[in-house]
Amino acid sequence: MTLNAVLQLVLYLAVLLVLVKPLGWFMARVYRGKPCGLDRVLGPIERLIYRIAGVKPEGEMGWKAYAAAVMLFSGVGLLFVYGLQRLQAMLPLNPQGLGAITADSSFNTAVSFVTNTNWQGYGGETTMSYLTQMLGLGVQNFVSAATGMAVLVALIRGLARKNTATIGNFWVDLTRSTLYILLPLSLILATVLVSQGVVQTFKPYQSAALTQPQSYEEALKDDSGNPVTGPDGNPGARTVQVTEQAIPLGPAASQIAIKQLGTNGGGFFNVNSAHPLENPTPLSNFVQLLSILLIGAGLCWTFGEMVGDRRQGWAVLAAMTVIFVALLGVCYWAEQSGNPRFDALGVDQAAGALQPGGNMEGKEARFGIANSALWATATTAASNGSVNSMHDSFTPVGGLVPMWLMQLGEVIFGGVGSGLYGMLMFVIVAVFVAGLMVGRTPEYLGKKIEPFEMKMAAIAVLVPCALVLLGTAGAALWPSNQANVPNPGAHGFEEILYAYSSASNNNGSAFAGYGANNLFNNTALGLCMFFARFWIIVPVLAAAGSLAAKKAVPVTAGTLPTHTPVFVVMLICVVIIVGALTFVPALALGPIVEHISLPGN
Amino acid sequence: MSAILRPAIVIFVLLTLITGIAYPLAVTGIAQAVFADRANGSLIMRDGEAVGSSLIGQDFSGDPKYFWGRLSATGPVPYTAFNAAKATGSSGSNLGPTNPALLENARARIEALKAADVAVGYARPADQRVPIDLVTSSASGLDPHVSLAAAEYQAPRVAKARGMDQASVRAAVTRHTRGRALGLLGEPVVNVLEVNFDLDGLAP
Repeated sequence: MTLNAVLQLVLYLAVLLVLVKPLGWFMARVYRGKPCGLDRVLGPIERLIYRIAGVKPEGEMGWKAYAAAVMLFSGVGLLFVYGLQRLQAMLPLNPQGLGAITADSSFNTAVSFVTNTNWQGYGGETTMSYLTQMLGLGVQNFVSAATGMAVLVALIRGLARKNTATIGNFWVDLTRSTLYILLPLSLILATVLVSQGVVQTFKPYQSAALTQPQSYEEALKDDSGNPVTGPDGNPGARTVQVTEQAIPLGPAASQIAIKQLGTNGGGFFNVNSAHPLENPTPLSNFVQLLSILLIGAGLCWTFGEMVGDRRQGWAVLAAMTVIFVALLGVCYWAEQSGNPRFDALGVDQAAGALQPGGNMEGKEARFGIANSALWATATTAASNGSVNSMHDSFTPVGGLVPMWLMQLGEVIFGGVGSGLYGMLMFVIVAVFVAGLMVGRTPEYLGKKIEPFEMKMAAIAVLVPCALVLLGTAGAALWPSNQANVPNPGAHGFEEILYAYSSASNNNGSAFAGYGANNLFNNTALGLCMFFARFWIIVPVLAAAGSLAAKKAVPVTAGTLPTHTPVFVVMLICVVIIVGALTFVPALALGPIVEHISLPGN
Repeated sequence: MSAILRPAIVIFVLLTLITGIAYPLAVTGIAQAVFADRANGSLIMRDGEAVGSSLIGQDFSGDPKYFWGRLSATGPVPYTAFNAAKATGSSGSNLGPTNPALLENARARIEALKAADVAVGYARPADQRVPIDLVTSSASGLDPHVSLAAAEYQAPRVAKARGMDQASVRAAVTRHTRGRALGLLGEPVVNVLEVNFDLDGLAP
């Protein structure tokens, strides 16, 4: 562990935690409808939206109406993104003339972006027109994030209110999240990214003359694609000269900003934030990393403020931070230790003044080990899923960390809104377990936790677990799917497990060697993403409605305090135990076996 | 139903106009007004023609007189940022840590480096080890940089191939070395494309 690496990780955490309170304070004002400094500019736009849409902003919804609005709004988005991809060849802003996308890939991508997963079954620069990126994917980056934040705020209201039938107005929460929080932050971040070299233009891809021309051999084929045999009876081949490099461009910075802030993670280019035009410098890397966890961390403070006890927000944030730091340490250590198989080749993997050393396969030189491990941990703690290195090439233990963070249910910061509402479901489980230990009816924030809330929490916690394991098992057994697994042995199984862990927790990162862009995986992963999103949102809203209707119970000497270090440890244990009991057997077949098979172990 | 269908559609359309059209246009306006060069790909121009981007690597491997960059797993040739006919672009190798191909690629690169030394008659100290980033693929396949160690490893060979003294080759490397941001963030790196252009007397 180098001193510089430690300093970088500490600086990152310090800046993040310093920003929690101001941003959390700002967001609490936005959700309470109080002046927040941007009203003069955005207020008229907000009111105009409500007027055209026929929305009465003071009109509140019960949980069923709220859930129906969430589902319908997501459905409209789903159809739009699907249609846009199918029709992009006929639409403008397509300078490379990219063709229509297949039905199964369009379905997968539409579900992926509407559910805030942003799994990339496609390769950005080779597949998506500028119009599809902006109008389809970019818009969903905003509104799927805003939907998650809205659902969280509805749950917070359910916890904070008493004897009420309503939990807020979805249209207002959606619009205010987008206009007042996501849009201004994105504008600032996009400008910083352009200053670092992230492209933002509508020009077609740029051609550059190569200094060193290249060539490759290509098998000869006739017009119908059959191999042509040469006069000697061998398959014919021709040499193709490459004298130019095509440099992809596009309106990338605007999209990358919201991709990080909204914990979306779907890249403008195929390799996401490893692409030098998507993440060119250490500084662009730092601000992108910061924005991955920024809103998710800030919402913890917003939560405490809105339930009238800020210590509750800090307690949840503390539990998240402890797990994050511990797993970050493991990931960094594993990657910095390198791959023992290289030692026999006379390769230098030691960290020093002139090189970061460590396992550099699938990592960019400008990021080295510390920033790649930090990103892998942050992007999977949050349900972000963007990458700045290739997780598929991580060491077994280094790759286990991001995989397990997703399997924990994306509650360590998690997606914006979705991370905290997921974590609050774990909190309900934790107070329930604590209540069982002492034989009292469990309470949280002055509300009795009864069988209905427990059932909803259990569904929200168990649905992703079931989807991961069933999806992985199905994909491993599906006969034609063997061909989509490029790496041999245990690592091949890890690629499948990672894909279904990612989709079933709405993360979106991948062990990218896995061939996911085909009918089976596009469909199966699409269904996992869909159920993982909405089979959590609906129980969460149901719990919110049920909690809002309850009366408050007075705090007594027998009430379990939920802001103490003891409760933080209790919450951490519940999250870890659910994640460990469910996934250790699968992990044993993958990364653990692979780790043991490395020389020296 | 219509009580929520109308807001669902209208708000979707309006937020699409704001976040999908107005917002990217606003960012493009700012970008082109203030950071035009960077917003358009940080191109390196020579005689009015683009010869590359300072952010996108090119393949120099095989020629001893140039610095070589990271291995690249893009197809059909290394450092393909986009190929319309093959529908390929940026890509990592995605080779797992126990995949035999990972070691094969590294071994082939080490052999090529040794062959380049032999070709220019440079006698490398027998115990010198190869920096890890020189034998591994980058995440993007387009990494424009190598570590300082990888540049230092190659400097004597490049000097010998060009008949230059090592000090002036190292000076060129230093000119295109970027330290850590704020002295802390990221890793120090050498821009391979820029050094090679510089050595050819074609400094951008």
